[in-house]
Amino acid sequence: MASTHILSAYDDELKYLSRRISEMGGLAEQMCSDAVRALVNSDAALAQKVISDDVILDHAEREIGDKAIITIARRQPVAADLREIVGSLRIASDLERVGDLGKNTAKRVIAVQGTGVPRKLARGLEHLSDLALVQLKDVLDVYATRSAEKAEAIRIRDEEIDAMYTSLFRELLTYMMEDPRNITTCTHLLFCAKNIERIGDHATNIAETIYYMTTGAQPEGDRPKDDSSNTLGAITE
Amino acid sequence: MNMMSESAVEKALDQKMSDASHKMIGKDVSVYYGEKRALFDVNLNVRENTVTALIGPSGCGKSTFLRCLNRMNDTIEHCRVTGKITLDTDDIYDQAIDVVELRARVGMVFQKPNPFPKTIYENISYGPRIHGLSKNKADMDQIVEASLQRAGLWGEVKDRLHESGTGLSGGQQQRLCIARAIAVSPEVILMDEPCSALDPIATAKVEELIHELRANYTIVIVTHSMQQAARVSQRTAMFHLGQLVEENDTDKMFTNPDDQRTQDYIMGRFG
Repeated sequence: MASTHILSAYDDELKYLSRRISEMGGLAEQMCSDAVRALVNSDAALAQKVISDDVILDHAEREIGDKAIITIARRQPVAADLREIVGSLRIASDLERVGDLGKNTAKRVIAVQGTGVPRKLARGLEHLSDLALVQLKDVLDVYATRSAEKAEAIRIRDEEIDAMYTSLFRELLTYMMEDPRNITTCTHLLFCAKNIERIGDHATNIAETIYYMTTGAQPEGDRPKDDSSNTLGAITE
Repeated sequence: MNMMSESAVEKALDQKMSDASHKMIGKDVSVYYGEKRALFDVNLNVRENTVTALIGPSGCGKSTFLRCLNRMNDTIEHCRVTGKITLDTDDIYDQAIDVVELRARVGMVFQKPNPFPKTIYENISYGPRIHGLSKNKADMDQIVEASLQRAGLWGEVKDRLHESGTGLSGGQQQRLCIARAIAVSPEVILMDEPCSALDPIATAKVEELIHELRANYTIVIVTHSMQQAARVSQRTAMFHLGQLVEENDTDKMFTNPDDQRTQDYIMGRFG
């Protein structure tokens, strides 16, 4: 959006959407990082904060939706402006989902609090979450620049997260087989891992939306996937 | 450009608008052209520092109502206006009201740009001169420059102030007419389809001007283009068959109007 409209109020409306998306992104990122930290440190207070922050994110998504509808009604946007507004709606809903995933992870902190998270698994989860959060942070930076090239690069990177998730999945299964008393904790951690992996997927969705907003075309080819956990059977020693 | 201060200005204006006093109040306004009744008991208030758009199908009475606001209907024979219209606290149909003075307070811009066949300078200076608003030449120069500045035309015409106003492009002529209306420091500016003779770029410039003028004036605009109403106004009033169907915030009007007829009209299902 280098050039400006003759109608300055139109620019103000588009800037508003873009600013609110960035704010949502920052909060979603913070929530997910806090949720994982709460999980590995068994920090119930931090988990509670994540849960209550989700309301802010839900509210922001609705406000972006309302503003986008009004802008469409009042400006009859076309071409890049239309893609920009439709893109804002999509990204806001992805970020709202990211917040939900953070919140769901935070909710499980209380359930695994009694047993605590084994050090080894905690490291795995942290690593997975680092990957997903870098992905999310980078895609939000790309949103600020609207670079189709960089968006495409992020989209391809999701593969790493998938591979890491599959390996964590395998590890959790092993752990459960070792001692059935681990099952409750490990099941919760499995959901947490899945949540984090999904954050990566939403970041990829956002990358695709940015690509579309900038170029007007959908990114070509399937996104690379390395999540084979869905075909993983019982591990035989 | 300073974004923060701009949106702060917008915010201040919106605040001003939400507790805006009503600049003009129309109460049970009816208009008859001879036997034919054109308006039926319209109650419509015009808020200060607000752009109010009047929309509706042809012949719905929107222009008739607009013309009541500065007694332009007086010029039409057999036209009779009943009800009451006030500007601040003054009843504008009161016998004691000086119509010339009223029209200086409530200015008007017409559909087709109609500059006087005189120089650009004289187009602007005419009003202030007959109303005795300037003491000397320097004073007048100042009024002319300020009016053209406000109308966003100064940069384009400052080197040819003494050329004919009719030599300008259509869009420039319309902004000249707006500058002329501003020159006499009106409180309210009425616009009757000010962009219908202009191309899209000139239209956008006039719309941006209307948006800026809102800070200092109260504006009522009649438009056939509901997209234009959506773009420039904060309040929208919908007329149909001489009646006021609905008056609402423009945001609400174009996303979720209260009246089914408004909905049908703006969605292009009748009219």
